[in-house]
Amino acid sequence: MDASSKPAATRRMLIRRHSLPVRLSHWLNVLCMTVLLISGLQIFNAHPSLYWGQYGADNDPSIIAMEAVEDGDAVKGLTRIGSMTFNTTGVLGVSNVDGEPAARGFPAWATLPSYQDLAAGRRWHFFFAWLFVVNGLINLAYGIFARHFRRDLLPTRHELMPAHLGHEIAEHARLRFPKGEAARHYNALQKLTYLLVIFILLPLMIATGLTMSPGFNAAAPWLLDVFGGRQSARTLHFITATALVLFVVVHVAMVLASGFFNNMRSMITGRYAIRVETPMEPKQ
Amino acid sequence: MSRLITRRRFLIGSTLTASALGLSGCDALVENPSVQQALRMAEGLTMRSQRLLIGDNTLAREFTLADISPTFRANGTSMPDGAQYQALLAQKFSQWQLEIGGLVERPTKLSLAALKAMPARTQITRHDCVEGWSAIGQWSGVPLGTVLDRVGLKPEARYIVFHCADEYEKSLDGSGWYYESIDLVDAFHPQTILAHSMNGHDLEVPHGAPLRLRVERQLGYKQAKYLMRIEAVADLSGIYGGNGGFWEDRGYEWYAGI
Repeated sequence: MDASSKPAATRRMLIRRHSLPVRLSHWLNVLCMTVLLISGLQIFNAHPSLYWGQYGADNDPSIIAMEAVEDGDAVKGLTRIGSMTFNTTGVLGVSNVDGEPAARGFPAWATLPSYQDLAAGRRWHFFFAWLFVVNGLINLAYGIFARHFRRDLLPTRHELMPAHLGHEIAEHARLRFPKGEAARHYNALQKLTYLLVIFILLPLMIATGLTMSPGFNAAAPWLLDVFGGRQSARTLHFITATALVLFVVVHVAMVLASGFFNNMRSMITGRYAIRVETPMEPKQ
Repeated sequence: MSRLITRRRFLIGSTLTASALGLSGCDALVENPSVQQALRMAEGLTMRSQRLLIGDNTLAREFTLADISPTFRANGTSMPDGAQYQALLAQKFSQWQLEIGGLVERPTKLSLAALKAMPARTQITRHDCVEGWSAIGQWSGVPLGTVLDRVGLKPEARYIVFHCADEYEKSLDGSGWYYESIDLVDAFHPQTILAHSMNGHDLEVPHGAPLRLRVERQLGYKQAKYLMRIEAVADLSGIYGGNGGFWEDRGYEWYAGI
């Protein structure tokens, strides 16, 4: 009898998806990256302009800037990226503080603390930067020694074929996700994205952050050459953080679209439900 | 199924509560003294690990004349308004003297002419404001180590405190005078100088005339301007707010290497 002629019966089963070290480091990372982002925006607000090169201050040309300009009786918030200027009143450049428009880069709801306090922003930023680095190093050691990176994140040669990747992109765009046996593992897009975040974006955040430190510059002046100067590093720190925010937005959207409860359970308890075909009768 | 809905409701409920508490909750945490105390641990960790990595005498990067900022932004006080400073400025600092005292063997006063007659170091370095901007300038001045060797530090001296001529925050109790401090590692670092010249000219008033400190491996607020008096001390607790500097008394880190 042809097995495909009749719909196969499926059975729901729980598999172990995320190990305890991965789950712990994931949630610790959620905490660290949240605090680092909002305290980082607090620090950015102290001087909401970005430059390229070794130096950069008020009289030097900036490549991204948020500013408040007088517009009759009102104040307008402008955001400039290169030669393009956008009116971002209410969000960037000018936003309400206690009901009054105030000049600030990012609005109160996006910064830690909500009011302007650079010293507090720095204390939170550097404390959680340490926690983030320690967590990252533990995750790295685990990923290598428990073969988590090799087993779960390294794409196979087949997965990297343009035809396969094209198919996955088309399926993702239709919000159709792998089912059954295929859902046991990350798909190629997941693998590549997680590798990009773990091995490129997050290390870039740390390296560009350290390049802004005058003390660390003395220890590793070559970082200034790699990034083209302290002000370039500051700009790249901001751009990489933006890329990470975009990653989180897509990541959370995919978690919601591909089964919120199942995904949350797998990252909290480790168990992930898949549907597999029921075993066939033993063949004669 | 009902268990599932209950859990889901719980998740949604707690998310809503968390976002409603949101800002006020975060600000309350920021102001909590035990939280502040815990966060301060990072400063010690940063200082110890940076000191270990850098080494005591490793230099900050020096740049070339071509790298100098077209405009060096002046920050903080740009014109001290005290009567004493104004009188010294009117006489082009000919009557100004740097007083060196505290835990030293031979308390000394040095005129600007005497400082300019001492062997000077010239360096083109980057000035990094805690706010995020940077400017590159050329500084010339006497290595602080030379001056300290001349006056002789007593063995119990641990920190060098710099008293300035600008009252950056007007207050009735005098707590708003600018001051700074560094430890002996930075005090004897070859690039730590008492700068009397900037970009080839005498220091201008907005940049700290007649004399300012340069501590090149730390942020801008350590680079005290308008120096009047240098004091060697065993600890910082008795000076102003006790945290070792004007900005340190207002929540900023004493170790400003990052």
